Amino acid sequence: MNHYYTAFKAIALREMLRFLQQRERFLAALVRPLVWLLVFAAGFRAALGLSITPPYETYITYETYIVPGLCGMILLFNGMQSSLSLVYDREMGSMRLLLTAPLPRWFLLFSKLCGATFIGLLQCYAFLSIAGAFGISMPTVGYLAALPALLLAGIMLGALGLALSSFIKQLENFAGVMNFVIFPMFFLSSALYPLWKMAESSELLHDICALNPFTHAVELIRFALYAEINLMAAVSVFLTAIVFLSIAIWGYDPSRGMKRK
Amino acid sequence: MIRLSLLASLFLSTSAVADEIWVTNEKDDTISVIDLDSFEVTRTIQTGERPRGITFSKDYSVVYICASDSDAVQVMDPETGEILYDLPSGEDPEQFVLHPDDRHLYIANEDDAITTVVDTKTRTVVAQIDVGIEPEGMAVSPDGKIAITTSETTNMAHWIDTETQELFANTLVDSRPRHAEFVKDGTELWVSSEIGGTISVFDVATQAEKAKIEFKVKGVHPDRVQPVGFELTAGDTHAFVALGPANHLAVINAETYEVEDYILVGRRVWHMAFNADRSKLYTTNGVSGDVTMVDVASRKAEKTVKVGRFPWGAAFRPTN
Repeated sequence: MNHYYTAFKAIALREMLRFLQQRERFLAALVRPLVWLLVFAAGFRAALGLSITPPYETYITYETYIVPGLCGMILLFNGMQSSLSLVYDREMGSMRLLLTAPLPRWFLLFSKLCGATFIGLLQCYAFLSIAGAFGISMPTVGYLAALPALLLAGIMLGALGLALSSFIKQLENFAGVMNFVIFPMFFLSSALYPLWKMAESSELLHDICALNPFTHAVELIRFALYAEINLMAAVSVFLTAIVFLSIAIWGYDPSRGMKRK
Repeated sequence: MIRLSLLASLFLSTSAVADEIWVTNEKDDTISVIDLDSFEVTRTIQTGERPRGITFSKDYSVVYICASDSDAVQVMDPETGEILYDLPSGEDPEQFVLHPDDRHLYIANEDDAITTVVDTKTRTVVAQIDVGIEPEGMAVSPDGKIAITTSETTNMAHWIDTETQELFANTLVDSRPRHAEFVKDGTELWVSSEIGGTISVFDVATQAEKAKIEFKVKGVHPDRVQPVGFELTAGDTHAFVALGPANHLAVINAETYEVEDYILVGRRVWHMAFNADRSKLYTTNGVSGDVTMVDVASRKAEKTVKVGRFPWGAAFRPTN
């Protein structure tokens, strides 16, 4: 049991140290959503139209609407960045060292995932604090209630990153991930516009957005920030996390993923 | 079982005495009664055509309603929702104000360019005063000595001596004055101008303008910033101003006349009413057809509830 703890601590701490040493990464992680919030949203104040949908009980500004989506964006980028580091580790050879640890592969991956998610949470709360300083705040209890939602969403998106990284052989291929995973996931979701708004322009677009796991992650965070639970989103994110994690474990299985390399 | 029924009756009696906000819906010819405990519409009452201004008598035993297109001020029993009788009001009554004597109603007759004074006890017209074109905003000073009518087209505030029922002063304000209120124990008169986009503050003693308040809502075109109804918080420290199609309330510091905050509410916010302790404010949002509850201390819109079509006026009714 002690081995497990030592390994968990080592992997999670390494993730943490790596993050702390890359100050520009922290800055970039914050600047990206803040640009969306303070620049993009400012120009689109009227884009939302006026309609009250749960969990909101009254009219809200567009800035308020996109905060949960931007938390999801932070977790999405963080998950992808963490998986990018795994590809880097693989190229540098440090991954072999990690994977030779006499512990189950799933546990090593899970430890890595936990470390990455923790960093994602730190980024989210830093972002929420800055948004609050600009007057875009949620109910106080919402910040606490959002913790499990952010955790679950972070694990799901981190697991997606892990699953993808098991199939990416070179660092250069990561640009493809940006184009084919991050952007479609983010834009085809309820992060920037509510689903009813999507349905106004295209039913197909609405259906794609409704199926997107990122939409469920965003809605889970959105409801949690108002101290409410969106059960469907929670179940959906949980199941998707299991699926992505299973794919990652399968991808990193020594008898499969690595053998192909 | 007895305990259960006792509990039930206790619950029922508690919910029966929750304070209310009465909202006139000008397109539905109805009043929506909102229970302030549950913040839900509990009653919808039929009125005359195009109800707009609404106010209760001092003891809340009757409610007066300007049924503009019925050319009547209707008097309703708030308990039963029954129209008791109509008062003679002149043509197209839009807004009115009840004199502190709890007896005389000062009514703006929009189509006739007159202000009608009605004695609610004898149900007779006491006086008709010629004012500017399209009178709308009405106010009476706390001591009852001065009544104000604002005229939308003439762009004036008309000062009426309530002893003689005659005009004693006319002051120019910005375009389309909509609403007037005496504040700070009647020492100041505030008049909102819809097209002008301002609130003019007058010194009552001299009728001279002493300040003008302007608004600028981030992301909203200045043409859409149209101040209409406003109310003062407890102690007259701050004013909440409905900005019409800007869909925002402005919060003004009544000492410095500076705008301190803007609060997003529904579409075309028009008038408003406070609860008993003035901790909550309820705004009528005409185009979106709803009422938004605003927390006065935190200056945050908390909840919005659907009412009828084009809610216009609002009045508070305590039931305890």
